[in-house]
Order: sequence, then structure tokens, then C-alpha cells
Amino acid sequence: VAARNPEHDLGRRTFLAVTGGGAAGLAVAAWLPRRAEGGGQAPFAPSAVVAVAASGAVTVTAAKSEMGQGIRTSIPMLVAEELEVDWKDVRVEPAVADPRYGNMGTGGSRTIRQGYLPLRQAGAAAREMLVAAAAARWKVAPGDCRAERGHVLGPRGKRVTFGSLVADAAKLPVPQQPRLKEAKDFRIVGTRVVRLDVPDKVTGKAVFGMDVRLGGMQYAVVARPPAFGGKARGFDPGKALALPGVRKVAPVPSGIAVIADSTWAALRGREALSVEWDGGPDAALDSAAVSRALEAAAAGPADPAEQRGDAAAALSAAAKRLEARYRVPYLAHATMEPMNATVHARADGAEAWLPTQSPQWAQEKMAEALGIPKEKVVVHTTLLGGGFGRRSSTDFAVEAALVSRAAGGPVQVLWTREDDMRHDFYRPASLHVLEGGLDASGALVAWRHRIAAQSIVQQLFGAQRGNRPDVAQEATDLGWDVPHWLVETALVKLGVPVGWWRSVYATQNGFAQECFVDELSAASGQDPVSFRRRFLPAGSRLRRVLDLAAEEAGWGRPLPAGRARGVACLASFGSFVAQVAEIRVEGGKLARVERVVCAVDCGQVVNPDTVEAQVEGSIAYGLSAALRGEITIEKGGAREGNFDAYAPIRMSEMPAVETHLVPSGEPPGGIGEPATPTIAPAVVNALAAATGNRVRTLPIGA
Amino acid sequence: MAIQITVNGRRSILDVDPATPLLWVLRDGLGLTGTKYGCGQSLCGACTVLVDGAAIRSCTTTVAEIAGKRVTTIEGLSPDGGHPVQRAWVAEQVPQCGYCQSGQILEAVALLAKKPYPTDGDIDDALSGVLCRCGTYPRIRRAVKRAAGEVRRGR
Repeated sequence: VAARNPEHDLGRRTFLAVTGGGAAGLAVAAWLPRRAEGGGQAPFAPSAVVAVAASGAVTVTAAKSEMGQGIRTSIPMLVAEELEVDWKDVRVEPAVADPRYGNMGTGGSRTIRQGYLPLRQAGAAAREMLVAAAAARWKVAPGDCRAERGHVLGPRGKRVTFGSLVADAAKLPVPQQPRLKEAKDFRIVGTRVVRLDVPDKVTGKAVFGMDVRLGGMQYAVVARPPAFGGKARGFDPGKALALPGVRKVAPVPSGIAVIADSTWAALRGREALSVEWDGGPDAALDSAAVSRALEAAAAGPADPAEQRGDAAAALSAAAKRLEARYRVPYLAHATMEPMNATVHARADGAEAWLPTQSPQWAQEKMAEALGIPKEKVVVHTTLLGGGFGRRSSTDFAVEAALVSRAAGGPVQVLWTREDDMRHDFYRPASLHVLEGGLDASGALVAWRHRIAAQSIVQQLFGAQRGNRPDVAQEATDLGWDVPHWLVETALVKLGVPVGWWRSVYATQNGFAQECFVDELSAASGQDPVSFRRRFLPAGSRLRRVLDLAAEEAGWGRPLPAGRARGVACLASFGSFVAQVAEIRVEGGKLARVERVVCAVDCGQVVNPDTVEAQVEGSIAYGLSAALRGEITIEKGGAREGNFDAYAPIRMSEMPAVETHLVPSGEPPGGIGEPATPTIAPAVVNALAAATGNRVRTLPIGA
Repeated sequence: MAIQITVNGRRSILDVDPATPLLWVLRDGLGLTGTKYGCGQSLCGACTVLVDGAAIRSCTTTVAEIAGKRVTTIEGLSPDGGHPVQRAWVAEQVPQCGYCQSGQILEAVALLAKKPYPTDGDIDDALSGVLCRCGTYPRIRRAVKRAAGEVRRGR
């Protein structure tokens, strides 16, 4: 049963340990222990904890952040499946930041990939202990008993509830290799379980970061510099402090905080505040300078990231050779809930309520900023009003900790939309130089891709980690059957803060590659699907989704005048995606993306409804970027500040989305991100098919 | 200055700057956090509430403007989530992150009160004012159609 996919092998033994129990209930913790010794009392580090109460109620503690992807439903589904309980008896609770949960960071479409086995093992271990407890009570062999819907059933009609077994079960050793079900026996996993978070999200009861209310809490906003890294030369708090409700004006590293009795008073206070800002470390930086830096990097020395054969020679010798340059801009995340954080910092500790994807990193950074041990910082993760990678950063948490210290009490720091959009960690802008060579039969025999971009990892950590720069993500290991191959990276250092944006560098690389493949097929008079089939190995998962998307979209069948199709496919985050976009053009321009057919192979599906929702969401997110997404830089800062200038798609622009899942017994792949990178190239390729006009610079402008 | 407003059937007399946007009165003053801040400029619709049955943006509507009027927020739509639009939202599993959904639901309620059986064009017109970054639009469309005919005028 155990998958051998390295994505699922955490590289360490999975331990299971009793962390609670007795009369209170049986608690089994799983995942990533620090050590095995230390008695039975919680020395281990669970990422998910399942507790069975004497009442029979099952509580699953979810250590991952819920930002819309349904994880606070998928995690308990996996646990409950193996525990053999009724879904209606299962509830979920968010975890407080703690090393015993392993890495609580939510990102990289990793939760189900990494948790698929350990979460099930946690449920299975609890089940085996309950069964063993019942068997001991009945003096029968455990093998003669089985668990079913919150009960243990034994010989001769014996039957006992889980709840009445918890005290006995808690005394038993924890099985290290509990037996897992086979996928064919799943009752919960693979079904359309309704999400546990939905009822509160339609009644206004759901608590996002901004909805935290504490006794004595004040509200704050921070006046921020117009330029990245800018500092206040001086400020005059007088007019702000004269306003009703404004309590304090205090400098913090990110700007000048205005602390007040209400959000509105804080906002009024900030307007009244006069601050003189410097221009930041690079006051002259603008979008033209960014473009020049990318061009210069692409023309200079580059480091090979992946190489086989002799791409240069093969390009020279090719029967047909093509070169094209693709450019994409910076993008803001623009989560619907702008950044915010609520913190109560005291002299010797702090408590924080954060809409964060990185509770432990935030804990560490807040402790560092406050000069206290991280164990003294309690971090609660609220619901997140969107994440998309923005909330992996810790800036908003650290800032609020310092504002709370300045306020001398609990504070909620709210970022306005403008704060959020102008002080983001942006999806890096990039330039891609693509060269391709075809042989006389039209087969792709040579490929060269030079990527010029800022590296997120380099900016964040000062150096690359691993053997390939992050900017080459999904530009290498594509699995294409092309003999001569060279992917190179030219890293650019600029003062624009960059970060992880849904599917990260797969967006830039996927766009450039999938558009260029389309150009190669057009230049050689080949159908883009047939052309791809020539280098995607037969039987490969990517080719299978390509074929499925083409079939479901009616690829090759005639369309009404003014309509056209475009295709793109890419594997990322362990999953395989192909999309066919059907567009309508008017007057030679894109009028609307009407329909997107998306084929996905993401391995074993936990909840098909969630997978479909993530595909719809990824397409909306990627399409927003493709059509209009662009953050421009001027005077060392970001120009766009709100949804008028940075305008995501609205209801009227949303295409019909048809998702087709490949039935798969493979271990789960990610699903939060992989359907994002393909929509821009699919639309651009459709536009080229309709008009002959090849867009090589995003956004398309529509 | 004392301003009287009625929110979810409850009358409040507020001592508040009359220029305060209704949004902040609801969230910070009355503790009704189901109404969300998204943009502050009537661009995203996250702050949508009903005033005398019409959908308005509470981030750019001052509390003075709604003095004496009846405000319905997401918390007041039904006591238990049982409003037909809320039920349709659950049935279609609309929310992802959920942050924009109060605004989406109230905009849909206002639409269905005016047009019990809206066309796709009606849905586009009414709901394109409320942004969703998670891409729940296709499900919103389905949920509105599911609730069609179930919303009475004046609710």
C-alpha cells in the first residue's frame, strides 16, 4: 500500500504516539517526531492529531491553513477514512503553532501530497488501538474484531462504541505500522464530502484575521513609504493626534503606525499625519529599468540548469529554427482579505491571531522582533481570506507585534487595499529567450530556454538552495523526448520584493514554453496537439491529459466564425494538466474566453468537488493575470493600488469550466496550483489561431 | 452626533462621526464582522449590505446617509443560515476562502427580490460588482439559479 513516490516519503520514519488519553479521550498523533524516547507523553511531533472523546466525538486537529482550498475538510477525511467513523461525528480544529506538528507551512500544493499517508496512519493507528482494546475486553483475538462506523464489532454479535473504549485504548502501545485500507475500500476519500467550513461562510460567522475581536483591542494602520524599503525622514503626529479616537502615533520599521479606538479613526489619523519619506534604496527604479535589467541579464552569462546533447550545434543544423522572446510582468496577489494581524505583545510573551500560511515562521520572526523566546509567542491561525502565497510571508505579523508593543496592548493592524497592493511580494517579472529546432520531418530536436528573472530564494535567503535556481521551476525535467536541450538561468537582483504567487515560476516558464511550442507547430504547419504528441512520450501522464482535454474540447472540430481554440499542458506540483481554451474574437481582438476544458491527473483524488473548485479557481486566477494583471514600477515603488488599476476578472468574464479527472491510483499530486500556469498560454495560443496575432508579452490587455 | 439606524431589525442609537462609513460602524461599532472590507472604494463589493432591500456598498456609504433606514447584513439574513440563497450556496458548495461571499449572497438576494428568475445576463449585471479571487463565479451562477423563485420581494 505504501507509495514509493519520494514526494510521499518524508525521509524519516513516521512515528505514532499517544499524546493524551485516559478519561478525556484517546489522542493519537502522527507525523515527524523529534525523538522516540521520553515516555508516552507527547514527545513527538504530530501534524495531525485525532482525538476520540468518551462521547464518541472525533476531533481532528488540522495544522494546515484553510485559505479556500478545503484543507480543513480534506485532512479530517483522510483521518476518518482509516479510523472508521461516521463523517457526521467528525469535527475539525485548527492547531496552535507548535513544532510537534512538523512543518505547518501551507504552500506548494503540498498538504495532501505529504499528508496522504501520515494522516491515514494516524487514523489507522487509533482504529487498531480501539480494536485491540475491545478484543482484550472480550478476550478474543484482535483479528476476530473489526471497526465500523464508530464501533468495534466482535464474534457472536459483540459490539461496543469507540467512546466506551477510549480509556482502555489509551493504555496500549501505538502501532508503528498500522494497516491501511486499499483505495477500493474507501468510503469517504474520493467522495464529494460537503465542506465543514461552508456553513459559517454563508452566515457571516467565519472568523478571518480581520474579524478577530479582543477585549481592549485597539485598531491601527501604518503610513507606508511610497518606495520599497523607504524610510521616514521625519513626521508630525500633531494633526493626527488631535482627531477623536486617535490614541498614539508610533514609528515602526515599516512606517508610522496610527493607533486608535476604531479602524475609521486610525484611517482618518493616517490621512492627517504628515510624513516626509525618503526615496528608498532605489528611488529611480521603474518598469523600463526593470526591462533593461532583464534584457541585460539575458544577453550576459547564464548558468546551465539542465543540459543534454548539444543544443547549440543542433539548432545550427536544424532544418527549421525559430527564436522568440516572452515577457511577463510583476503581479500582486490581491487576496480579497487584505493583509492584517492581531497581536497582543506583553513584556514576556505575545499572543497572535494571524491569517497566515506560515504560523511557525511568523512565530519565530515575531519572537525575534520582540526579543523574546519563540515558545513565548502563541500563534493562532484564523481563516484566510485568500492566500495564494502572499500569506507565506511574515511581514504583516512582525509589524503587528511591534505595533502592539508600541500600543501597550492588543492591536489589530489593518492594511488598506492600497497598502496590500503596493507592499506585496510580487510574482517576479521575467524575460524568456526561446530557441527551437525542427528536423526535416518537423520533429522538435533542439530546445534552448534562457530565463532572466529575480530569484525569490536568493532575495529571501541571500543564496540559492538546492542544485538548481528556483527560477527554473517547471522549465526542467519536463519529460519531453527532445535530444538536444539546454535550459539556462540568468538571475537578476532588483529592489522589487518578490514572492511565491500561485504556482510560482511555473506561471512564467509554462507561459513561455507552451506559447513557443505553439509557435513551432504553426511555423511548421503542424497541429499543436499532434505536434506535442511527437515529443510527449506515449503512455506518459502528460500526454494522457493532453489527449483527454483535446477529445473533450472537440479539438479539430469546426467552430463558428470568430471562435478559436488554443491548447497548453504542463506538469507541476506532482500533477498533470492540459487545458483547451475556446475564445471569441471581435475586430481582431479577444472579446471573451468562453469555455475552458481542463483535464487533470492529480493521482488519487481525496475530494473531487474540491479538485474541481481548485481548477475553477486556478483558471480564474491565471486568467485575471493573463488578461490585465500587471504591477508597474515607478520611483522605486508600485503604481497600482486598487481594483480599478489592477482588475481581476469578474462574473461576466468567467468562462465555463469543464474539468475532467483522469481516474488514477497514483499517489496524490497537488491541486491548489497546477491548473494555474496553463490558462495564459492556452488563451494566447487561441488568439494566435484566431487572428494570427502572437502575443509574447503579458498581459494580453482586454 | 447621535444617529439612529436599524440593523437586522434592531435599532441602535450611535454616537459617531456622521462621515463614518457604515462598514466600520457595523464591524467595529456593532461587532457585525460578517460584512467585509476589501477596497474602500466600491470596487470589490465585499462590503455589500441591504438598505431597505437594495444592495449598497457600505464602505462608501456614510452612516448619516442611512439614518432611519433598515440595514440587513449577512448575520440578519436568516437566524440559522436557512435563507433560500444561503441554502443554495451550501448546496452548490460555493465558498472557497469565503471572504467575498457575504457580499455575493446579499447581492444575489437583492437581485432575486427584483427578478425572481434572472437570466445569465441579469446575473452578470448584478454580480459582476462583487469580486471573487478564488474563482467561485460558476458556482455562484448555479446557486443563484437554484434559489430562483424562492426569494420573496421585500425580504
